[in-house]
Formats: sequence, structure tokens, C-alpha cells
Amino acid sequence: MNLLVVAMLLFSVGLYGVLTRRDLVAVLASIEVMLGSATLLLVGLGATGEMIAGTQVGGGTVEATGVMIIVLAAAEAAIGLALVVAVARRFRTTRIDELTGVKG
Amino acid sequence: MTGIATYGWSVVAVPLVIAVLAATAGRVLGTRVAALAALAPAWVFAVGVAASARVLAGEEGAIASGSVEWLGAGLTVGWAIDGLTALMLLVVGLVAFLVVVFSRGYLGPGEALPRYFAVLALFTGAMSALLVADGFLGLFIGWELVGVCSYLLIGYWFTRPEASTAAVKAFLTTRVGDMGLLLALALLWREVGDLSYTAVFAAVPGMEASTVSTIGLLLLVGAVGKSAQFPLHIWLPDAMEGPTPVSALIHAATMVAAGVFLLARAWPVVGASADVQTIILVLGGFTAIAAAGSAGAQRDIKKVLAYSTISQLGFMFAAIGAGAWVVAMFHLVTHAAFKALLFLGAGSVIHATGTQRLDAMGGLLKKMPLTAGTWFVGAAALAGIPPLSGFFSKDEVLHTVVGADLGWGVMLFAASTLTAFYITRTTVLVFFGSYRGEGVPHEGGWDLRVPLVVLAAFAAALGFAGGPIAELAGGHHGEIDVLVASIATALAVLGIAVGAVSGIRPKQGADVTKLAFVGPLRWARNGWGFDEIVRQTVTRPACATARVLDRVVDRGVVDRSVEGVGALARLVGRGYSALQSGDTQWYTTLLGAGTVALLALVAYLGRGV
Repeated sequence: MNLLVVAMLLFSVGLYGVLTRRDLVAVLASIEVMLGSATLLLVGLGATGEMIAGTQVGGGTVEATGVMIIVLAAAEAAIGLALVVAVARRFRTTRIDELTGVKG
Repeated sequence: MTGIATYGWSVVAVPLVIAVLAATAGRVLGTRVAALAALAPAWVFAVGVAASARVLAGEEGAIASGSVEWLGAGLTVGWAIDGLTALMLLVVGLVAFLVVVFSRGYLGPGEALPRYFAVLALFTGAMSALLVADGFLGLFIGWELVGVCSYLLIGYWFTRPEASTAAVKAFLTTRVGDMGLLLALALLWREVGDLSYTAVFAAVPGMEASTVSTIGLLLLVGAVGKSAQFPLHIWLPDAMEGPTPVSALIHAATMVAAGVFLLARAWPVVGASADVQTIILVLGGFTAIAAAGSAGAQRDIKKVLAYSTISQLGFMFAAIGAGAWVVAMFHLVTHAAFKALLFLGAGSVIHATGTQRLDAMGGLLKKMPLTAGTWFVGAAALAGIPPLSGFFSKDEVLHTVVGADLGWGVMLFAASTLTAFYITRTTVLVFFGSYRGEGVPHEGGWDLRVPLVVLAAFAAALGFAGGPIAELAGGHHGEIDVLVASIATALAVLGIAVGAVSGIRPKQGADVTKLAFVGPLRWARNGWGFDEIVRQTVTRPACATARVLDRVVDRGVVDRSVEGVGALARLVGRGYSALQSGDTQWYTTLLGAGTVALLALVAYLGRGV
């Protein structure tokens, strides 16, 4: 039960960061926190032997999936940072509240 | 030769094709477009001759017919040629042909010839459609088409405001009559379920008397509008704004006679009600004398002939009211000849003098002897001088009306006297005395002269064709009533004498209206003020209603609801537009809130994933 609370708190902290931080890099970092919370929950549930989506998962599957998510997160962070660099060059800013090109 | 009557539908198809050709290729053809257009009435005339020959040879009923289903609703549009139709085809074909020839010389090369001759050919086809229809539906289609052609030709010189106003007036006034005809058709459709003549006429004896009377009255409304009878006569004098050959064809010889043709054709319906007949007699008799009076006070040569046409159509209506539609048809045929002659004669005079005003004419007898000579024939025929055609037909009209109702018979004698008066007055003003206009008038080319001579021959001789004409129409030719003929001739001579005296001017340049009776003359000249009455009681209330409707319904309801829809869309758009702040985190917040809301909804509904 504590696992769920910790994961939820971590997710909320990440979401709060995404919604409130003004710098693109900080937003990106917050997204990583949210992703981390999900990974934590997955691996934690796998270790305690709880049912995941109605299925008993075991035999290292969960751990393997967790490692894969971390790898994907690293790739995602790399792409995200590359985009931030591109944005910084193009618009001379990385402040998300100044990037309002789609305003209707 | 007589075999072409078998292809009776061609009297509609050929003119329509020629109309399209004249409209499209007319620019290339130049003045030769007249020759192309002349083929249309020539074909109609040829079919008329062939059909007449077969009817006179003794064929009974419809000698040729055919039909197709239309709109798949059990409505059939068909054609059939019988004696009455053949007779009318002869009249329409001949007059239209001569009018096309005359128009060639009347309208200069600078005119919009393709448009003019295309509409003239279209009119020929439409009039033929009206005549050869085997039922009320086909008749109605032709009826409306000739109305359109009339509108287009009255407004031929559409840059002149008077012409376009007159065209609209003619169209709207005849629409009133057309509504009557349309209602008659609707009633027949409900009662009989079939609009062909044979079916309708077979059903008439089984109908209630009141229904037959109603249908007869509605048909009469249509005929009154087309034939310019009181109270729907007001459009015809204004229709003189059109080119004079058009007036000769449409507003004297053929289209305005369509009302008489309708009543003759629908005689089994119209004649089944004594009340309807009485109304026809009263309307016709009243129109005949009132219009004859107006004709005597006109200052414009075409207006004289316009009121004269209204008056003569009144004679025909009176004859139908007296139960003798064959006599009416006889008068229709002779009138078509001598009135077309008079109109074309007037056209020749207008072409020479450049004016329609009687006080700018005079003395044309020496300058235009051929026009004068043919005009005299037409005028004498109109006045009813024996042995010209008008004498015979008018004598039969007078004879039958006197036999039906002595009072109206006397009225028609008076109208007949007035007829002799006004045409003599006009003749004197145009052809005698000294010339009061400008320039040197002279006769036109062969295309102006030949139609006059041909029509003069018909106007002179048609009276002796009473037998064949009556046989074609499907009735019997009456003998000349010596008493009636003598009285009518004596009155005509009296009218001529008075007209001759009134036409002689005291001195050159004097205004014809400054003689005596100025007030009554002006009253008569303006059609007894009926136009003004219509303006006050119909036109002004209609315009006022239209203005109110425009303000309340059009601008108040329609415009404002359309504008309201636009404003609403703009308001909604502005609301949604405010959401699009361009702030990524605002979007993300909404996305998160939406996700939470959806999850909450799913959880609440108890359908956990």
C-alpha cells in the first residue's frame, strides 16, 4: 500500500513540475519523474507479487520491462533535449510560456 | 401534301428549333435571319393548309393526334388537329409569316435582329402548341409561353422605361387571368382526374351544375385576361410600346384571340352554364362599346388600333355569350386579317413619318398611295362596309346577339357605329388634309408593301369564305340577315360621315383635342379613367403591402434571423478562440483535468478497466 502512495506522490510531483515550471529543461526533467513513478510502481508490484491487470507476472519479466523503460526514458530524454536545443536556437528562448505560436 | 398533317407536332417543334437557330446563329446570318425565321410560320401555314384540306374533304374529328406521358403522374401532354385547330393554324401561320416579312423591312440592320426573330419564331411555336394541344395541360403550357413572348416583345426596346414598364404591366395583368385558368385546371383535375378535352367533355354532363359554372367562370377569367376584356383590358393599350409588327401579330391577330379560342374550344364546359354565358355577353358587350368610345379619342395611331382590338374582341365575346362561338371564330378570322392589315399599315406610316402621333401626320394619301389604298380596305372592313370581310362577320355577330338579348344587341349596334366613326376619323387624320409632320414620307421597300397587299386581299375577300370557315370551326354558316345588315350598314355610313367631319381640321397645326368636349375626350382617351381606378385600388395597396412585408418579414424576420445565425457563430467562435491561448502548460492542464474527469466518470459508472 505504501508503494502505491509513494508512486502516486512521485507522479503528482512530476505532473506539478510539468504544469508549473517555466523552463523547458525543467519540464523535461519533470516528465522523467512521472515516467520514473510509473516504472517504480511496475517494478514494485512485480516484486510484491501483486496482480497486474488481472495477471500474475513473474520470472523476471517485470524487471526486464523496467530496465527497458529506463533505456527508452534515456532515449526520450536525448530526443527531448535535442528538441530543446533546436527550440533555443530557433526562438532564442527555452521559456515555455514564451512559446505561444499556436495561439488562436 | 396533305400527309404532313400527320406530323402535327412539328408545328411546335419546327418553330422551336428555328428559334434556337436564330438565337445562336443569328449574329452570323445578319439580316438573313429574317428568312430563317420566316420558315417557322411558313411550316405552320403548310400544316394548316394540309389539315384544312383533309377536314374540308370530310374527315371527322381529330384527323391526327399523339401523346406522351409527362412527369409520370398520369398527366399526358398530347396534340390533336381538328378543324378548329387547322383554321387557327392557317390564321397564325399566314399572319406570322407576313409579319416576319414586314419586320425585315421595319427593323433596321442596327436592331437586335437575332433576339427579335428568335422570339418571334418562339411565339409561333408557342401559339401552335396552344392550338394543337389535345388537352387543357398542353393548352396551358402554350398559353404561358405566348405570354412570355408577348412580354419579351413588348419590352423589345428595353432601354426605354415605358417599354419595360408596359411589358411588366402586360405580364402581371395577364397573370391574373392565368391564375383563373390554372385554378380551372386544378378543379378539372380534381373532378375528372384527366385534363384531355375528350375526357373533360365526356365528364361534364355528370358534374354538378355549380361545379361546371365555377369551372366555366375560371376559364372565362383566363380568357378575359388574355383577350384584354374588361376589367383586365388595361395592358393592351400600353403593349403598343412594342414594335408595330409585333402589335399586329400578337396584340391584334393571334395571341389576344387565344381567349376567344379557349372559350370556343372549351364550349362544352362554358356553354353548359347559362349564367357564364350571360356574364360573357355582358363583359363582351360592355367592353365593345367602352373601348370603341376610347378609340375615338386617341391621339396615337397605335392606341386607336389597340382600343379597336379590345372592342372587336368584345364583339367576339358577345357572340360567344350569345351561344354562337362559330360566329365568334368567323369574326376572329376576318378580324385577324383586317386588323393585322391596319397595324402593318400603321407600321408603314410610322416607318415613313417617324412618329405615332396623329397630329403629326396627314396628307399621306398622295405620298403613300399603296399604304393608303390597303389601309382603306382594312378600315372599310373594320367599319363593316359590304362586301368586305368585316361586314359579313360583324353582321353575323350582331344578328346572333340581337337574337339572344335585344338590349346588348342595340349596344353592339352603337359600338359598331362608333367603330366606323373612330376608324374614319383616324383615316382622315392620317391620309387626308396636308402633311403636318417632318421630312418627306415615302413608301418602304418590297418587304413592307407585299404583306399589306396580301392582307388587303384577305381582308377584302374573306367574307365570302364564311362557309368553309364555319365548316372548319365545326358549325354552320348562317345566312345574311337583310334587316340587320341594312341597319348596320346605314349606321356605319353615319359613323363614317361623323368621323370624316371630326377628322377635318379647322386649320393646319390646330390641336385635335382643342375642338370641343375637351373634358369628356380626355376621359375617354384615358380609357374612361379605369387605369387610375386600378392604380388606386390595386397597384397602390399592393405596393404598400409589399413595402410593409419588406420591412416586417423580409428585413425584420428573414434578414435578422440570418444575421442572428452569423452573430451566434461569431460569438461561439470567440469563446472557443479564448481557450487557444498558445500556452502549452494550459493545454497540458486541460489534458490532465480531462483525463482525471474521464477516469472519475468511468469509476463512477463502475466500469473499471
